[in-house]
Amino acid sequence: MRELKLMKGNEAISEAAIRVGCDGYFGYPITPQSEILEYLMVEKPEEISGMIVLQAESELASINMVYAGAACGKRVMTSSSSPGISLMQEGISYMAGAELPSLIVNVVRGGPGLGTIQPSQSDYFQATKGGGHGDYHIIVLAPSSVQEMADFVGLGFDLAFKYRNPAMILSDGAIGQMMEKVEFDEHQPRFTEEEIRKNTPWATVGKTPDRERNIITSLDLDPARQEIHNIKLQAKYRKIEENEVRFEKIACDDAEYIFVAYGTSSRICQKAIQLAREKGIKVGLFRPITLYPFPVKEIKELSKKVKGILSVEMSAGQMIEDIRLAAEGNIKIEHFGKMGGIIHSPAEVVEVLEQKIIGG
Amino acid sequence: MEENITKENIRKKENIVYKKTNLMTDKVLSYCPGCGHGTTHRIIMEVVDEMGIQSETLGIAPVGCSVLAYEFMNIDMQEAAHGRAPAMATAMKRLMPEKYIFSYQGDGDLAAIGTAETIHACNRGENITIIFVNNGIYGMTGGQMAPTTLPGMKSSTSPYGRDIVTMGNPLKITELIAQLPGTYFVTRQAVHTPANVRKTKKAIRKAFENQKLKKGLSFVEVVSNCSSGWKMTPVQANKWMVENMFPFYPLGDIKVDRELVK
Ligand SMILES: Cc1ncc(C[n+]2csc(CCOP(=O)(O)OP(=O)(O)O)c2C)c(N)n1
Ligand code: SF4
Ligand SMILES: [Mg+2]
Repeated sequence: MRELKLMKGNEAISEAAIRVGCDGYFGYPITPQSEILEYLMVEKPEEISGMIVLQAESELASINMVYAGAACGKRVMTSSSSPGISLMQEGISYMAGAELPSLIVNVVRGGPGLGTIQPSQSDYFQATKGGGHGDYHIIVLAPSSVQEMADFVGLGFDLAFKYRNPAMILSDGAIGQMMEKVEFDEHQPRFTEEEIRKNTPWATVGKTPDRERNIITSLDLDPARQEIHNIKLQAKYRKIEENEVRFEKIACDDAEYIFVAYGTSSRICQKAIQLAREKGIKVGLFRPITLYPFPVKEIKELSKKVKGILSVEMSAGQMIEDIRLAAEGNIKIEHFGKMGGIIHSPAEVVEVLEQKIIGG
Repeated sequence: MEENITKENIRKKENIVYKKTNLMTDKVLSYCPGCGHGTTHRIIMEVVDEMGIQSETLGIAPVGCSVLAYEFMNIDMQEAAHGRAPAMATAMKRLMPEKYIFSYQGDGDLAAIGTAETIHACNRGENITIIFVNNGIYGMTGGQMAPTTLPGMKSSTSPYGRDIVTMGNPLKITELIAQLPGTYFVTRQAVHTPANVRKTKKAIRKAFENQKLKKGLSFVEVVSNCSSGWKMTPVQANKWMVENMFPFYPLGDIKVDRELVK
């Protein structure tokens, strides 16, 4: 039985975490996502499922708590917003190197620096290109509704464990703060130690006589072995790119023009489609759900069918680089961005489409 | 008597007076001759072995000379980012309260880059064991000044001696954390003589027993040497440690059963 609730995007993350059998949440307050920790503290999941919740002394501590929990085969997560996620990059890089599955939620706010507490999409590069040091990727899911905030918690953990890799929900302040209807599945139990020993035989849960000791590390001082490790990581990323691309197409069948947008700006584009179609402009929306892996093939195909693409981002133009690479110069692709916590209006999106793509 | 000292006789079980600890791996230690890290590893593993808790013990290696501690200790281990071990130990213990969790850290790791994680884990009173090897220097990176480097002491980044006016004072982090209500047992030991090794082992044993009894945080500092970083022979280094480090970092218990004793 699915249960229907009305709640904020941030709260949906927390409720979903309890329900999917998350073992632990470690976080540090920052606007616009503090409700995630607050909701968990109110709900006392330790009494519901045994899930641990801890307010850490910093994002550095939070992410390393996640590292250690993940290394024990536990389903552990953290959340933050942009400045805090920057602090976590060290730990995320270590998790990528040590191949640890975990879930990180970034409810993005405008930057750079302390920036603003208003929503933004300016952390796209950081999320999809690695973010910390070294050659790595994390899986990046971009929800555009409160329902997806909830659904991507379970999906994020599943993908993280499938590939032994960190996964991120890249949301923004608008989706974190807005209230919508959301349906939840029933509570799943957390994994027992026996299940963890079986499902994740690499996990550090105590060396028993029947196996060698388990070591979780991102270190290998021998360059030859470090190269082999890196080649293995890259092979894993190619597999993720092949198998895990997710996207949504709206009104694309007859479209002559395409908006490419994710998260909050994709919702603005849906309204813009209505306005444009009222004017007789055939425009559709391509919404990447996975930002890494990016839907390269799908955008390439689209670029052969339509006349132009407008990338609509709450940033100075980050995703557009991936769209242009995917389209291989087939058609005109322009960017329409808003920065500093400003959200586009649907009318101006149509206006820019007309000016930059149709008229340009 | 003399003629009895043959290879065959020495190898006889009844004649063994010293052997590799069961829970140390066969990997040759990568430490410099005389370094306290190897001895400290060994006694931790002896305690784990004697308590019969190998399958329930999880260790955390730091960034520092003991970064490869997991190569030498035959237990499940995690390698930390520089200074973050107490945060990791916190999560491990919270998620698995029945396991024995210890972090093993150097002075740069614990008292410089990881100060916040150290203080907060101690202040929360996490039921874990922290082993802190203080050699007053950054051994691994080639002998730079550490937060614990003594006033006037030379290092590669205090080549004319630590000037406390411009470089700050050495941090007695162990005394500092002993003040925190979350710490249950805080002690400072050394491993340069058999008698000190025995005392340190007793302290580490007590620290692990405290976890079993859910008493809270136990913190065992081991004042150690660094012949390479200090640019001395191992024997000189131990002498220098006794004459210079011990007066500043006096050995003995600082807090026992949550009561300050010093
Ligand atoms: C974030 C980060 N900064 C710096 C370093 C370089 N580094 C490696 S070990 C070390 C100092 C270790 O000193 P200490 O903790 O005293 O350990 P010791 O080698 O003396 O046992 C430093 C600065 C690093 N690995 N990571
Ligand atoms: S450099 Fe110093 S701390 Fe490192 S192994 Fe050598 S003596 Fe030990
Ligand atoms: Mg040191």
